[in-house]
Amino acid sequence: MSEALLKIQNLKKAFGGLLAIVDFSVLVEAGQIKSVIGPNGAGKTTLFNLITGVHPVSAGKIFFQGKDITRLRPHQIAARGISRTFQTIELFGNMNVLENVMVGCHTRFRSGMLASGLRLPNMRRDETRIYQNSIKLLQMAGLASKAEMPATSLPLGEQKTLEILRALASEPRLLLLDEPAAGLNESETDRMSELIYAIRDQGITILLVEHDMRLVMKISDEIAVVNYGQKIAEGHPEVVQNDPQVIEAYLGGDIEYA
Amino acid sequence: MGKQNYLKLLGLLIVIAGLPLLIRGDYYLSILVFMGINGLVVMGLSLLMGYAGQISMGQAAFYGIGAYCTGVLTTHFGLSIYTAFFFGIFLSIVVAILVGIPALRLKGHYLAVATLGIGEIVFIVFNEWMSLTGGPSGLSNIPVVHLGNFQFANSLRFYYLVWGINLLALFFSLNIIHSRVGRALRSMHGSETAASAMGVNLSFLKIQVFILSAVFASIAGSLYAHFVSFISPNNFGLMVSIMFLMMGVIGGIHNIWGALFGASLLTFLPEYLRVFDQYDILVYGAILLLILLFMPEGFLEGVPALYRKLFKRKKS
Repeated sequence: MSEALLKIQNLKKAFGGLLAIVDFSVLVEAGQIKSVIGPNGAGKTTLFNLITGVHPVSAGKIFFQGKDITRLRPHQIAARGISRTFQTIELFGNMNVLENVMVGCHTRFRSGMLASGLRLPNMRRDETRIYQNSIKLLQMAGLASKAEMPATSLPLGEQKTLEILRALASEPRLLLLDEPAAGLNESETDRMSELIYAIRDQGITILLVEHDMRLVMKISDEIAVVNYGQKIAEGHPEVVQNDPQVIEAYLGGDIEYA
Repeated sequence: MGKQNYLKLLGLLIVIAGLPLLIRGDYYLSILVFMGINGLVVMGLSLLMGYAGQISMGQAAFYGIGAYCTGVLTTHFGLSIYTAFFFGIFLSIVVAILVGIPALRLKGHYLAVATLGIGEIVFIVFNEWMSLTGGPSGLSNIPVVHLGNFQFANSLRFYYLVWGINLLALFFSLNIIHSRVGRALRSMHGSETAASAMGVNLSFLKIQVFILSAVFASIAGSLYAHFVSFISPNNFGLMVSIMFLMMGVIGGIHNIWGALFGASLLTFLPEYLRVFDQYDILVYGAILLLILLFMPEGFLEGVPALYRKLFKRKKS
């Protein structure tokens, strides 16, 4: 059996005295849609921030494609092929829709400040490719007609889609989606699940944090459940759904009457 | 860079080439020279502040380093202007790196105060290193710029030199703005978290743009020193840094054209306000206040917005 795309080993994260992630291990196989669920404050977003290098890890290791990425900085991790979206939308509000996606292409090209300032031929070639790639992505999602609009003027659903497109522009191996369906209505959520399937079909592995259980149960190949920074269950959606510990975490324990 | 910007650049080129035909007299030409010099500094500041979102309140330090470098090296050491010129650029790059690495870790107000400190330190060095800089009494007899035997001795020749360099810098800046690097700069301004998640190396890019703005300021400083042939520390103090900042903000620092416009506007405005005699500062202050109140985005974007606002009101 080949090695997992992402391997997290005994991860720990403390913010001062608060243990956000206690001892967390998980494997993400290539080609999967894997979800991480858990009650609010369980440490799901912290997990994403640790994988992408936003916060330093307190203990434990993260391997991507067999290589240790635990101590790398965010831009280095992005260059290795991990891209992400954010729970609270982090679009570049000072740029238009197209430019947002174009920034996503950043890691795949090299031309620097001098080459850009002097408009050297390799920079012009890069620019053409960046533009074509980005337009193609916008067309795929039906946003091409809004390319020139300020990114934050889009409705919420489209902003979420745009964040995904921006992440896809880097041609990642692994895509981390932090609550892509939060705040979306039912039809928007359905479109989101179709988009996620389409991404998976391109061969991109997906790690998903989501509260919309209907979506999670429908699209996930595997689910890991966290509570208080610890994994309490893992497996196929049906298995997890019927796990007594999971039910307790979500609905609270039995009330004992005296 | 889009076609539109090339057309604008071409338009500016024609205006600059033709302006001396309409404007006669050394006094007016020298104002145009100062516009070009200030414009160069403020363009660098616009890239740093307006695009990359990093404030600098010590830009006069790099302006001064360029000026004193060429000044001291040509007068005390008899070096050629070109050697001195490039040494000024080199020194400002070194200072930008040394200062930028710790300072650019700071954000917002903290970065503002740190760069303020840098400006002050450099100012004190100019004042106290008497043997080289001449201290508060300044440095005089800085030679004229020449290209082979061609002397940039009068204001007209210097005007073309300054604006030639200015346009090259504008071309360079516009190219950067409309490139992968320029988008990375702006993305950093929009959201540092997202920018780094997209693979933008924040600390490296911040240093890079800080260096670029320092180089622009240093070149402007060198030109200034050779144009006026006399410099003293007061030309590079805190008020000068703030003036550069003001020029950017008034013109519209989020747009390099706005920055250039602001620099030009605030260079000639005080000259024109002399008709108000001793009240000129008062009128100047009032004008700045009004612009900021009604066009917080700066002149370049503010005027069309204000026009639309007034026009719409009439309609309804």
